[in-house]
Amino acid sequence: MAIHDPKEPVIQVRDLVTRFGANLVHDGVSLNVGRGEIYGLMGGSGSGKSTLLREMILLLRPQGGSIRVLGHDLTSLSRADAAWLRRQWGVLFQAGALYSSLTVAQNVAMTLREYTRLPKNVIDRLARMKIRLVGLPDKAADLYPAQLSGGMVKRAALARALAMDPQLLFLDEPTSGLDPISAEAFDQLILKLRKMLGLTVVMVTHDLDSIFTIVDRFAVLGDRKVVAEGTLDEVIRQPHPVVKEFFWGARGRLRSAHGQ
Amino acid sequence: MSADAARDAKPPPQQATPARLSVECDTDRCRLRATGSWTATQLGELAGRMARQLNTIKGRAVTWDLTPIEQIDSAGMMLLLHHRNLLKQRGCNTEVLQTPEQEALEQLVTENLPQTGKTGTPRKVLRPVAGVGRATVGFLLGFQNFLAFLGENAVVLLHSLFHPASLRFGAITRNIEEAGVRALPIITLTSFLIGVVIAYQGAVQLQKFGANIFIVDMIGIAVTRELAPLITAIVVAGRTGSAYTAQLGVMKITEEIDAMRVMGFDPQQFLVVPRIFALMIALPLLIFFADIIGILGGMVVAHLHLGISWGEFVQRLRGVVAVKHYWIGIFKGPFFAWLIAVVGCYRGFQVSHNTESIGHYTTVSVVNSIFLVIACDALFSVVFTQLGI
Repeated sequence: MAIHDPKEPVIQVRDLVTRFGANLVHDGVSLNVGRGEIYGLMGGSGSGKSTLLREMILLLRPQGGSIRVLGHDLTSLSRADAAWLRRQWGVLFQAGALYSSLTVAQNVAMTLREYTRLPKNVIDRLARMKIRLVGLPDKAADLYPAQLSGGMVKRAALARALAMDPQLLFLDEPTSGLDPISAEAFDQLILKLRKMLGLTVVMVTHDLDSIFTIVDRFAVLGDRKVVAEGTLDEVIRQPHPVVKEFFWGARGRLRSAHGQ
Repeated sequence: MSADAARDAKPPPQQATPARLSVECDTDRCRLRATGSWTATQLGELAGRMARQLNTIKGRAVTWDLTPIEQIDSAGMMLLLHHRNLLKQRGCNTEVLQTPEQEALEQLVTENLPQTGKTGTPRKVLRPVAGVGRATVGFLLGFQNFLAFLGENAVVLLHSLFHPASLRFGAITRNIEEAGVRALPIITLTSFLIGVVIAYQGAVQLQKFGANIFIVDMIGIAVTRELAPLITAIVVAGRTGSAYTAQLGVMKITEEIDAMRVMGFDPQQFLVVPRIFALMIALPLLIFFADIIGILGGMVVAHLHLGISWGEFVQRLRGVVAVKHYWIGIFKGPFFAWLIAVVGCYRGFQVSHNTESIGHYTTVSVVNSIFLVIACDALFSVVFTQLGI
């Protein structure tokens, strides 16, 4: 099982350039994610954090620069390497993106059924174990996504992301749309899973609570660049206006006063 | 996608060895030694072979040596636990040698094992009976829902007849354009071909009797009274009925219909009634159009094959084909339209919160409305004949 070692970079982004038509989203973005870290991508709406995440998981191709994930350069990847990489990570989409015509257990078992030759009952038990692992009740396994509450959808989607025991977990706004109590519980769950499974976690978030409580290091995106990167203490001292807006706005101040 | 990915998975880019299990047995002891990577993708064919490797072992002391395993994940651990359990059930005493990390993983997996004990699944023998029961209840509930829908629809429909100002004329005209005007090309094609086919088949028979001119009677009556209405209705059911189901189904999934209800816009009044009215206006017009094109198709064949001139054809058509046949054809239009629109909208509202059900209900909608149109046509046929019309 992987050990916590921030010095060993799992993801390296170098001078990344992304452009949608005339709209320049990233202009020289660079950052490092170390093994075993919970790494946050932060920034206002439209700052390109979700875009960056989508580039890391091979859904989008950047126009320039390079991204290395687990030692593979994503811009020059053979089909076999891409297939291998896709099995090393799990992705939690913002709205869950569970397959609506399958039950939760079938959703979780999907990759196991396709990629392994395990007996059916082992796969089923494995899927149900993951469902329990993320804190869903056993009976949720046979429900369809439409029958779940918002928080349960996120947990079910997390169970699906964990199905293949990935090394890397990508979370797109995992706590958005959850009430503060569920959001807190979800944060704790991610901490627990990181410890148990030795995961490296990359999460897009603008939930300051998550940044304060579970994220080890994070990058703040703004002006098409990374304006600050590091631990909370390091970032908060940066004088950049985007950072100030985030941490010294009304919500940030309140949280800093209580939390720190 | 998965097949491709599975094929690509064959040469793993990182040097991982497939999982292996070696079995050494003497008279009363067995030693099982696990090697390689016991990860989900490396378990490979071992997963299938393991049962065969182990099923001869009964009532012996078994030692599992897991320490040589290079890498193990929860899938591998689950497979091991599964077989350890099976051996235990066959009366083997098992002993496990494993590293602390493996022990931690085992604990993680066992802690989160779901409670077994199946709930609510009937025994195998009873399954067909349970299926029949479920289908019957489902059918009855569906029928009840349909009646409820019809009732609601009738109330709104009657209300709008007495209060025409509440009708959504904008929506009606838009639907007429969509269901009527845009259907003209396909109606032209199908009804022309139907006219040609009927005339051609009839011509061969009529020529034998030298009764060429009767082709006009045949075409005139068959097309206006039966074929044009039926073919038009079937095309419209496939084209517009399915569109209604899909449109309303997507609106249901995206919660637009709920949003409308919340704002006090009755979906029946805003979505269903305009569609019903639009189709009831458009379909008779389409039938009229199909009459003309169908007869034209027949005329072309009569002219080319039987040598009946255009003038002769029209002359005879006016003389022998009573106008009632035409009116009967047109009269059926609104009934067919009502059936198609009601079924299309009802099935649209039945779509539940998943993407598969749109496809399902669209298919059901088209099948139902075509069946109902044909059944309704048969009913009209009998009734009109009995009435002597």
